[in-house]
Amino acid sequence: MRFDTSPAPHVIAGYTVPHVMFQVLFALLPAGIAHVALFGPGLLLQLSVACVTALLAEAAALRWRGRDAAPALKDGSVLVTAFLLAFSIPPLLPWWLGALGTALAVLLGKHVFGGLGQNPFNPAMVGYAILLVSFPAEMTRWPVPLDVDGTHTWSELARMSIASFYGADLTVRWDGYTGATALDSIRNGLGLRYTLPELLGRGDIAGTFGPRGFAWINLAALAGGLYLMTRRIVRWHIPLAVLGGLLVPSFIAHGLDSGIALGPTMQAFSGATMLTAFFVATDPVSAATSDRGRLWYGAGIGLIAWIIRTWGGYPDGFAFAVLLMNLAVPFIDRYTVPRIYGRQP
Amino acid sequence: MSSDAIVTAVLVAAALAVTLGVALGWAASRIEPDADSLVERIDALLPQTQCGQCRYPGCRPYAAAIASGAAEIDRCPPGGAATVRALAALLDRSQRPLDPAFGVPKPPQVAWIDEDKCIGCARCLPACPVDAIVGAPRQMHTVITAQCTGCELCLPPCPVDCIELRPVPAVSLRYRQPRAA
Amino acid sequence: MAVRSTFPAGLALDAHKQQACGAPIIELSQPPRVTLALDQGSGYDAEPVVTVGDTVAVGTLVARANHLYASALHAPLAGTVVAIGMHEAAVEGGRGVCIVIESDGSGRVDDRVRPVQSAYSLSPEELIQCLRDAGIAGLGGAGFPTATKLVSARAGGTQTLLLNGAECEPWICSDDALMRCAADDVVLGAFLLHRASGAGRCVIAIEDDKPEAIAAVKGAIGRRRADAQRDDDLTLAVVPAMYPQGAERQLITTITGIEIPSGNLPAEAGVICQNVATAAAVARWATLGEPILTRVVTVTGGGVVQPCNVRAPIGTPLSALIAAAGGYRSVPLRLIAGGSMTGRALPSDEVGLTKAMNCVLVATQDDIGSRLGAVESPCIRCGDCSSVCPAGLLPQQLHRAALADAHDALRHLGLRDCIDCGLCDYVCPSQIPLTDRFRDARRRLNAAEATAQKAADARERHELRTRRLQEAATAEQQAFESVRNRARQPGDDSAGGTN
Repeated sequence: MRFDTSPAPHVIAGYTVPHVMFQVLFALLPAGIAHVALFGPGLLLQLSVACVTALLAEAAALRWRGRDAAPALKDGSVLVTAFLLAFSIPPLLPWWLGALGTALAVLLGKHVFGGLGQNPFNPAMVGYAILLVSFPAEMTRWPVPLDVDGTHTWSELARMSIASFYGADLTVRWDGYTGATALDSIRNGLGLRYTLPELLGRGDIAGTFGPRGFAWINLAALAGGLYLMTRRIVRWHIPLAVLGGLLVPSFIAHGLDSGIALGPTMQAFSGATMLTAFFVATDPVSAATSDRGRLWYGAGIGLIAWIIRTWGGYPDGFAFAVLLMNLAVPFIDRYTVPRIYGRQP
Repeated sequence: MSSDAIVTAVLVAAALAVTLGVALGWAASRIEPDADSLVERIDALLPQTQCGQCRYPGCRPYAAAIASGAAEIDRCPPGGAATVRALAALLDRSQRPLDPAFGVPKPPQVAWIDEDKCIGCARCLPACPVDAIVGAPRQMHTVITAQCTGCELCLPPCPVDCIELRPVPAVSLRYRQPRAA
Repeated sequence: MAVRSTFPAGLALDAHKQQACGAPIIELSQPPRVTLALDQGSGYDAEPVVTVGDTVAVGTLVARANHLYASALHAPLAGTVVAIGMHEAAVEGGRGVCIVIESDGSGRVDDRVRPVQSAYSLSPEELIQCLRDAGIAGLGGAGFPTATKLVSARAGGTQTLLLNGAECEPWICSDDALMRCAADDVVLGAFLLHRASGAGRCVIAIEDDKPEAIAAVKGAIGRRRADAQRDDDLTLAVVPAMYPQGAERQLITTITGIEIPSGNLPAEAGVICQNVATAAAVARWATLGEPILTRVVTVTGGGVVQPCNVRAPIGTPLSALIAAAGGYRSVPLRLIAGGSMTGRALPSDEVGLTKAMNCVLVATQDDIGSRLGAVESPCIRCGDCSSVCPAGLLPQQLHRAALADAHDALRHLGLRDCIDCGLCDYVCPSQIPLTDRFRDARRRLNAAEATAQKAADARERHELRTRRLQEAATAEQQAFESVRNRARQPGDDSAGGTN
């Protein structure tokens, strides 16, 4: 009897890239629910724009490059980019800004470098950073979260979100519904020489374990991240290192002067901390290669974010921290090659 | 911005540019790779066939000619397009096709002496640039296959045309798969 | 004693061993013909000492080892040599020179096959020579001549003789069955190998998922201590069941804690490793005087009706083995010599059993469908491959370097330290055929280094020749000048005759 032949190994575990990507999207569900509950349905509008734009941009880019579009669209990687970007931007962005950011993320953050697996930068952060620097006003206008402001209802937030989505000028009718984020308020307040206890005691910035609104989103993101860790989609090195890099300096600074330095709990549950630690920084393509390298990479992200939050001009520094550490990855990789069995280190 | 500030900025930028430019130029003149090491590096890329098709008596003279600019990089048929590409990368020039005036690439080959016809005249011995022919006057000559580079320089001196070129036998790259029993 | 695994990474895989291991070993009766490949798995051919038409008996030498890495071959049947030529064989390249013997049914045994008179009183050197003559080679899959290994062990000084009963690869259970049924043979063989190698201690390593084999070997060791009243410093170590625990270097690290330096052989570090089946073959020689004529092989997979272990003559066509396992069932997709991770897919079931073949896996869609249907997509640098690599490599970086043919990077990243276990392929979510890429890259690297070496030799010979010619020219010039100068000297020589 004759047989065809093929090289060993003859079995594989059967993991696939779509499996990894869709697990990540699934793990974002708790954060998404928290987001919609606190900030209105704007996230859903942003998600729809981002996903559609991402798929179109990816298909167009692949066509330009003469590649087959179908397999790449099915693997779900560009949807992860779209989701992460949609979670990072304010839910009130006009549709064309969300589309612009996503298109830039996919084209300039991914396909310019050769598509899946080749990008040195995290695509979602590339899109976010370009938007933040180019449209600072729109990118820092968040709705007042519903757990702070008892006077507004979710349906009012919904109407505002839809209006803003189609480009309405929010100062005309919705002025009282929007405001700075908690980190933004704290930074402004510290600039005006208020102390932290005064600011946090006002009641409209901080809740029981973190800033109003964002604390719940961070908690939900943490839950999603732990789920990914139990499924071995994400390994512990990067999230632990990011949190360590952020919380250790803040613990020390808070100990030295709790009047002006945020404590670890506030830091951990504010802004994009948990989302970055578990979902953004863990993007394997742009992260360091070895486990030891990933610890340095994550720690660098946490530390740079803490520096930007404390002294920088932007309220939350994670996007820039990620991009800066992406730049450092070749250097980290060069010096953290693991020891080969049988060789001296 | 006041005109003072603009003038200051322009002056500072200009001063920086001049200083750094001078420093770079000085560094370039001091850290230039010396000519000898360039010849070594070019020679390392050549196939060492020592055939003379490039019109130089061996690979090293050709390397020296390339380094001094006397010869172009496209003259080595045994090296083929791969060697031209490597030389172009080393010398930061653009890739060019092999110049057919200097010969065409051939598959790897070695010389073989037909012992029935060999008359033992020993004229082929000095012709071999790598001393791969063993023999003595009135003794049988033979080519050491492992050391023959296929340069063909032994063919013209042979008065009875008993040397021919044969393709190199396919190398069996034995690869034993380690067993995880 | 139970030992904790100490080599990096590895992965626990589904064993698929229960199917074949329950039943006792089937003794296959003599097949009508055997096809003996001259290369029995070591990569080097033996040299035939018979010609077509010769009559042979069971145990007659048919090929001798004229190379350190080849092993002697003996006829497992009585009959006539009908062909010596290229046949399909389980060797690299798919074809090799084989000796085909047709049985005459007599089962006549060669006179030289006699029980050995007290193998215990032979000196180690004599013992090694006997093992060489008996064609004993590594039956664990490498087919490496045991005598050659023992000689280098004695030369270098050996602290530990390790008997590999780990059998970590999925589907293979021939060593397990052998240990259950013939544990005394294994222990006797261990003792003889221990004497021949001059090792300090001897350890038999078995994975912890083989409780029956562990009990059997423990019993055999106990019986030997009681009967022979000697304490041979033979111990049993139970190691965690993990792939690739049975890989030589990894097992050595687990048992001794020593890491074999890159590029070195275990013997150079004072350890030698032998498979338990090899030890049993040594015992068979000592008690029956038989050279290697048969081996135990697992015949398994979804494509055979009744998976089992079979003791069959070397050279038995695989079709006969599969018939002994009840024949084919459903549509088999691959015929694999070995296990599912490192086995070689064969093109035909007429290929003969070799000394190195420990398993015949007839795989169906259910067994290997995931690999056959795999579609490769770009590497996403997830790092799963490096987290399982037992050699501590970075397969994702190696892959990039292999695609770019970057030889320096491949050397630096340790391409030659890859043990070909296949775990990186197994876990890759992009389903990249990493192991095959690395094999290909290794061949190209070897070819490039061979070419570079040849060019360096040619350069050196050319420079020597140039210098020789220059010196000859200079010497000639000097000789000419000294003659000329002497001719010009006034008055010191009457031959000049000038005025």
